[in-house]
Amino acid sequence: MSLLRVENLEVSFVTRNGTHQAVKQVNFAVEEKQITAIIGESGSGKSVSCYALLGLIPSPPGRIDGGAAHFGERDLLKLTEDELREIRGSEIAMIFQDPMTCLNPYLTIGEQLIEPLRIHKGMSRAEAKIRAVELLDEVGIRSPEQTFSSFPHEFSGGMRQRVMIAMALINEPRLLIADEPTTALDVTIQAQILRLIADLQKHRDIGVLFISHDLAVVADIADHIVVMEKGEVVEAGQPNIIFNNPQHPYTRKLLAAIPSGEREQQSAAREALIKVRDLRTWFYPVGQDAPVKAVDDVSFDIERGEVLGLVGESGSGKSTLGRSIMRLAPITGGSITFDGTDLSGLQGSNLKQFRRRMQMIFQDPFASLNPRMTVYDTLAEPLLLHGVCTRGNLDSHIARLMDDVGLARSFIRKYPHEFSGGQRQRIAIGRALATQPEFIVADEPVSALDVTIQAQILDLLLALGKEHQLTMLFVSHDMAVIRHIADRVLVMYQGKLVESGLVKQVFDAPEQPYTQSLLASIPGAALTL
Amino acid sequence: MSSQVSTDSQGLLDEAEQGASLWQDAWIRLRRNRMAVAGGVTLLLFIILAILTPWIAPYNYEAQDLDLGASAPSAAHWLGTDVFGRDVLTQIMYGGRVSLAVGFIATAVALLIGVTWGAVAGYVGGRVDAVMMRMVDILYALPFMIFIVLLMVVFGRNVLLLFLAIGAVEWLTMARIMRSQVQSLRQQEFVEAAISLGLSPTAIIRKHVVPNALGPIIVYTTLTIPSVMLLEAFLSFLGLGIQPPQTSWGLLISYGAETMEEYPWLLIFPGLALTTTLFSLNFLGDGLRDALDVRGSKD
Repeated sequence: MSLLRVENLEVSFVTRNGTHQAVKQVNFAVEEKQITAIIGESGSGKSVSCYALLGLIPSPPGRIDGGAAHFGERDLLKLTEDELREIRGSEIAMIFQDPMTCLNPYLTIGEQLIEPLRIHKGMSRAEAKIRAVELLDEVGIRSPEQTFSSFPHEFSGGMRQRVMIAMALINEPRLLIADEPTTALDVTIQAQILRLIADLQKHRDIGVLFISHDLAVVADIADHIVVMEKGEVVEAGQPNIIFNNPQHPYTRKLLAAIPSGEREQQSAAREALIKVRDLRTWFYPVGQDAPVKAVDDVSFDIERGEVLGLVGESGSGKSTLGRSIMRLAPITGGSITFDGTDLSGLQGSNLKQFRRRMQMIFQDPFASLNPRMTVYDTLAEPLLLHGVCTRGNLDSHIARLMDDVGLARSFIRKYPHEFSGGQRQRIAIGRALATQPEFIVADEPVSALDVTIQAQILDLLLALGKEHQLTMLFVSHDMAVIRHIADRVLVMYQGKLVESGLVKQVFDAPEQPYTQSLLASIPGAALTL
Repeated sequence: MSSQVSTDSQGLLDEAEQGASLWQDAWIRLRRNRMAVAGGVTLLLFIILAILTPWIAPYNYEAQDLDLGASAPSAAHWLGTDVFGRDVLTQIMYGGRVSLAVGFIATAVALLIGVTWGAVAGYVGGRVDAVMMRMVDILYALPFMIFIVLLMVVFGRNVLLLFLAIGAVEWLTMARIMRSQVQSLRQQEFVEAAISLGLSPTAIIRKHVVPNALGPIIVYTTLTIPSVMLLEAFLSFLGLGIQPPQTSWGLLISYGAETMEEYPWLLIFPGLALTTTLFSLNFLGDGLRDALDVRGSKD
């Protein structure tokens, strides 16, 4: 018998603009001691389906129109709010994407674990403390005794997620719902958390409902996969069947979108467009003696026409390096030579000349566009500023940019919020191309996007790079993306370059242990088998 | 080539949905908000009345009718008369000139100084920010009354100075609001994108930062105008602001309050004039904030 069986679930959102059916006739089940994964892009209804079960969707506007969710003897959808709260606390536990917002920043980790133990289990303080330390140990936190009196901000994202999992386990739930628990984490940490969830599920015999947008992430751990699109379940089954013989076109699209393979590499020796020598970007935080060495004595060349990948985890300094080259972050030592000119000392109009020749594409397309400027204004700004065109032929230039990045010309008067993430990233790419640059820094340009959109944007970047003979520094934490797009790759760790070489060399025979661990963490090993 | 360009741009404009600038869009949205429109119309009416007062006031401002004394509203005196037999409607109309002028001019002064000061401090940051904001703190710490009294003593009492004095105090909060807005905005990637495009700091503040900080500023402005008008009433009451025979709504209300048990109309009508203005301002302010938010729904 299934631990949780959802039948014909229907959820809709009633707004002034009409009723939107978010979940249509959805069926799935979580078996005892198994991991069921729900896969879908944002807006597919995967989170809504799970939140609706626990009465966690705001109502109004949310409304459950029908269906049943059998959990043991009970139908979750028929319970009162009080009964649901009882179940949420004890039999079903949840972990979320962003652990920071779920922890109280003013209480120590220990306090936050002891409190529920005392309330739910009636333990004394001393007993609760012992139990809390055991839990921390179980979720793989080293030296749990010390951790006990630390505050959440002293932890990394991965550690916080472990604490969240420990809290979820307090009442020994039978079902754990994990909503994108690794999306905000680095790839090596992600691999650890995934392993932890799989281990816990085995040792504790609990069922897990794992929500994710990333097929590769769940490939290794799921026993059963449910693919959702636009509120409907389009395919469900065993992972190996889904991966090897996908029936529904949407599933095939998801699979195809997982970046794989390498580009054809041009090996002809080329001249260096940018030479970075002993670059240092140190920050001096107020009240601390030791500087933060975000980028520490880094030297490398970027050859004209190549796509240079730069990988590392968050905090490795890879983004700062890109921003230093763009002169957005301070340069505290060393030099950056662009086509023979040292950029580090340039000011004013001298710098402006070079700004035209190098542009940046940012990670978050929702933050990198001015919300009060239409597409037209956004694209017109760089064109007019650098005199690429005159007011007279501005319209035709903008039209050409729109065509280049694959946006319909009729969108020209719209504001950024009217676009999807992928479309917004296209606008941002258009803005970067407007000055007709030779060099582009792309800082995690696809990390905020859904997988299928990711693939489209990567292809667009590659095509545009070829067409405009761009040189590109492509910063990413995602090894698979780098392999897909880059010619050469640099690996950064704690502000230093630890490895560099042609993509094929680095991926096939990584020399440094750090690179090896990065490669080992790429999710979806099951997919390539 | 040129024909190519013109067909291109022609196509672009044809296909584009009816284009409109931020301000045109805002205007269209504002017009759909009935309360805001009503507020705006009322305000406009008051302003026109205030401007035309010398020509259309029913009685001479200084004309007294001591025989009549305080009389309730009647056909001759629509809003009644005060203890000296002066027409209340006429007094309210003249008082409105002063109150509205103080409200708008002092707020404009506050807006100009506060927004500029806050935007520069927030955008430049570092030491400049520290110095600029400490100056704001020092001015904050000065007791407001002493500040005004000092100004009045040094420069003599006049209405223009009153505008300046009130404005000089009100801009402090404006500067703080603006600074915190700008500080969070300058971290945004679109500001970094503007830097890497090569825009000058002035252009970035003007095109990217200030428009995005407008929402709270507008709301605060519509709150400032009423508070300035009340401040003027308070100062006048203390004998530091407007002096009889000149008058303002605040002054009329304070006199009316003294005699409200015998002659309630002396309090009610100036009070109504003030509250109507304040309500109108609030509705208009809310409407403006929503209208300027491009993320607001278009339907």
